[in-house]
Amino acid sequence: MNLNYEIVIVGGGPAGLAAAKSAAENGANKILIIERDREMGGILQQCIHNGFGLHTFKEELTGPGYAHRYIKMVDGIPQIEVMLDTMVLSIADGDKKMVVACNPQNGIMQISANAIILTMGCRERTRGAIRIPGTRPAGVLTAGAAQRMVNMEGYIPGKNVVILGSGDIGLIMARRMSLEGAKVHACLELMPFSNGLTRNIVQCLEDYDIPLHLSHTITKIHGVERIEKISCAQVDESFRPIPGTEFDIPCDCLLLSVGLIPENELSTGAAIPLHRLTNGPLVDQCRETGLPGIFAAGNVVHVHDLVDFVSEEGAIAGKYAAKYSAGQMCGFDRAIAVEPGNAIRTVVPQTITVRECVNEPVKLFMRVTQPMVKITVEVCDGDIVLASKKEAVAKPSEMIAVSLPYDKACSARGPITVSVKEEVK
Amino acid sequence: MKQTKKMNCIVCPLGCLGEVSFNYGNDGGVIDVEVMSGFSCPRGKNYAIKEMTNPERMLTTTVRVENGALPLLPVVSKTALPKGKVMAAARYLAGITIKAPVAEGQVICLNILGLGVDIIASRDMNTHA
Amino acid sequence: MLPTQADIVIIGGGITGLAIARELSKYTLDVVVLESNPEFSAGSTKANSGICHAGYDPEPGSLKALLNVRGNQLYREIQDDLELPINWPGALIVATSDEECESMHKLRERAGLNGVPVELWTREQVLAKEPNLTDSVICALWAPTGGIMWPFGVALAFGENAARNGVKLFTDTTVTGFEKTDGKLTAVCTNNSKIVTKYIINAAGLYSDVISKLAGDDSFTIKPRKGEYILFDTSVSGFVNTPIFPCPTKVSKGILVSPTTHGNVFIGPDATNLEDKTDVSTSLAGFAEIISGARKLYPNIPLQGAITNFAGLRAAADGNGDFIIRASSVSGMIHAAGIQSPGLSAAPAVAELVVKILGEQGCDLKVKADFQPRNPRKAVFKELNDIEKAELIKINPLYGRVVCRCETITEGEILDAIHNPIGARTVDGVKRRVRAGMGRCQGGFCGPRVVQILARELNVPITEIKKDADNSNLFFEKIPSGEVN
Repeated sequence: MNLNYEIVIVGGGPAGLAAAKSAAENGANKILIIERDREMGGILQQCIHNGFGLHTFKEELTGPGYAHRYIKMVDGIPQIEVMLDTMVLSIADGDKKMVVACNPQNGIMQISANAIILTMGCRERTRGAIRIPGTRPAGVLTAGAAQRMVNMEGYIPGKNVVILGSGDIGLIMARRMSLEGAKVHACLELMPFSNGLTRNIVQCLEDYDIPLHLSHTITKIHGVERIEKISCAQVDESFRPIPGTEFDIPCDCLLLSVGLIPENELSTGAAIPLHRLTNGPLVDQCRETGLPGIFAAGNVVHVHDLVDFVSEEGAIAGKYAAKYSAGQMCGFDRAIAVEPGNAIRTVVPQTITVRECVNEPVKLFMRVTQPMVKITVEVCDGDIVLASKKEAVAKPSEMIAVSLPYDKACSARGPITVSVKEEVK
Repeated sequence: MKQTKKMNCIVCPLGCLGEVSFNYGNDGGVIDVEVMSGFSCPRGKNYAIKEMTNPERMLTTTVRVENGALPLLPVVSKTALPKGKVMAAARYLAGITIKAPVAEGQVICLNILGLGVDIIASRDMNTHA
Repeated sequence: MLPTQADIVIIGGGITGLAIARELSKYTLDVVVLESNPEFSAGSTKANSGICHAGYDPEPGSLKALLNVRGNQLYREIQDDLELPINWPGALIVATSDEECESMHKLRERAGLNGVPVELWTREQVLAKEPNLTDSVICALWAPTGGIMWPFGVALAFGENAARNGVKLFTDTTVTGFEKTDGKLTAVCTNNSKIVTKYIINAAGLYSDVISKLAGDDSFTIKPRKGEYILFDTSVSGFVNTPIFPCPTKVSKGILVSPTTHGNVFIGPDATNLEDKTDVSTSLAGFAEIISGARKLYPNIPLQGAITNFAGLRAAADGNGDFIIRASSVSGMIHAAGIQSPGLSAAPAVAELVVKILGEQGCDLKVKADFQPRNPRKAVFKELNDIEKAELIKINPLYGRVVCRCETITEGEILDAIHNPIGARTVDGVKRRVRAGMGRCQGGFCGPRVVQILARELNVPITEIKKDADNSNLFFEKIPSGEVN
């Protein structure tokens, strides 16, 4: 089956929904969102806790609540079509972009588009990727997979739980499993600091008397058919287990919350350049990837912690994809690299393209390498400070946004460096 | 001698660490809460006092759905519940089944456990196709 | 329901038992296979190097040598009929010191005695074939007849063809004892019911000594020898195209770096002697050893691209360590035991030999007129072009729903795996047949979906779906209202 659209959006989560809405608002007339799940909303549908949308809607909504705001908006926009239960198999560059997708009703679809927006989100890091030794019994799964089963399908993966990883997903699932009547025995975190919001440490661990063991790792998983216990130990500065600190925790379920990785199958398949550290496509301030006409936004570019920023990014991608589709996206002569400097791990976008048709501030999104207090983030061109922002508290788990006026960005000789200046004590 | 307790404020991302002093009343409840240090703003001070005397939490969980497009419906408390009652409320809701269709905001459980808080649907839920 | 009687009972549903079953299915015999796990290929067949050895390594004249070479040849003959997932990239045994080069000459002699073609290659020849190999390579032995196989695919293809030709295969069935009359075995007792039979093939892998002792023959002992592996994502696996072996030692073939039939690369195995036949745990020490061994061949092993690791147990027999393929001292039992490397490579030849011994033991071997040598071709969605994919979806729309995103496996293929004559009953059973869950997300996305599909197709509650073993249910009913664990 051959189909034709102006813009095809791969993934109907918050990034894709925001991108579609923005593309329509910016003049695109035939937009298709392709979603592999049975409904739109992406990962938000299983994030039943609240805390979403404070910036966008000035309310604290649940994940499904936030998703449904956008789903209702998109529903009301006739230029946007939606295909559910549909998997994109490949995307290809060219004068016309090609998307090959399949579903049970239509079989194989060859969909041509003027522009593609990639909003596939991310997947969870696995046990295998971090090489936890031991057996491979039932009862070991990633926190997100457990969240789906508990919150959407109605089953529980165990009743005596240990959680590895104190990022927000792990903390949220600690509370969720407790509310479902399970006993969560401990949360183990490799780093000497928790990766989650303080609010979640209080409301998900302290409220339920769940001990948090920082600087700990799991040294062995036990159990032949089902997990019986884990062995854990404290680690040193090089993350090596310290002999003599080992202890066991009996359990029948281990939830892993050990990191998220952008879904880059389709990107690598189309030879879209990826960033080494984020593992997502390299993008400019318009969220265009290294292939003109292919845009990306949301967790597929870099893992976010605030869905409001995801929607913002989606809106940027949608706007410029619409421009591109209408032939109004001008080229660029110069691309200025944006690089992380002192104490900054990643910055997105990684390039600023100097284009005539673009004239709005560039918002740089970054993460620090470790928790710090009383810092100033500086955006510099060599010695010249282009923009700066003070943060009383900075944590790696909380993305920082700094706005850079476009003319200042364009006048930079490059590369632009983003660094932390700690207050001189 | 008053008791003391250290706690993290969770009102804003600063997460100030502070210390409060308090007494136990005749009924075992906490009284005479005073902020000794930390909590750099009034919201924080108010949070500290409330958290010591009458801590509250929002509850989000799921209820079962009959004849729905999906087997579970996510629900949220309209306002915060007393912290000590959250678990009981969650366990109570684990036994509730609601009939589809359901509209976002629809009351699923009125005045849960007599606490004066309603539990509402977090999303629409259509009937099974 | 187990039959009350059979001509032949095969104990063990790994590659050896299933290859024997397929071979026996050519004859007009009632054959039964008993497997104690919920799925076939759950033991040593599940975790190994997947190599179809050329056969230069085993002691000349040993069963291992003879059956390895014969097996290698047989696989080529039957590969198309059974649609066996085997590739033939050859093999390189690499020497990084002068001493090791000396061993290469000895190995070449041995290959000659075993009838295996090999060539001594210079450093330049080796690096031309495998440019990313260590600079320290001095010379190598090139074995052009070496292959790589997908062990589940091969074993299950044997089993499927056996089933299509009338063999009855049962899982979840454990042998608990035997009945004898006048010193001859007359029946197999199981955790279900009894099967009256004349001939019993002991292909019970790690437990073949237990089975033998139960019958009254304690002539050998099996001690597990564990080997750990690390597997890499396809995206980082382009650095090697040929299985690379180090210089072999007396104990093992060493730590390999090898591609798989699905485009992954693995490193391993090491070798640790154990007592516990259920210990398939990996360890930090094991990881360290196989990484160190692999780095001798490829200094820049892409560890950040590792997606999983696992361990397998070799069923190592005491004595001279050769295969134990002979009639037992207890009349009625034939051993196909002590099957460690080159067990995969030798399987069809082991089967031939077992059938020969059966004949010598008086079994009446009449060839079936209607033997079906071919398995029906399997639909593999991701290998089809767009037109073929579209045709497939027209036949069954469920081929249009991709369930395993990483490996592009459709619901239609998962259904095929469940409804096969020896179909999957567990999540790992599906995984071993169609690879859903073997990609980089390791079942994070497809896992819950596979569970739901299994429950639907087997018509059981989700809470009854297992990962692989008896007590491995994946999900439970939520804790009832009011209760707390």
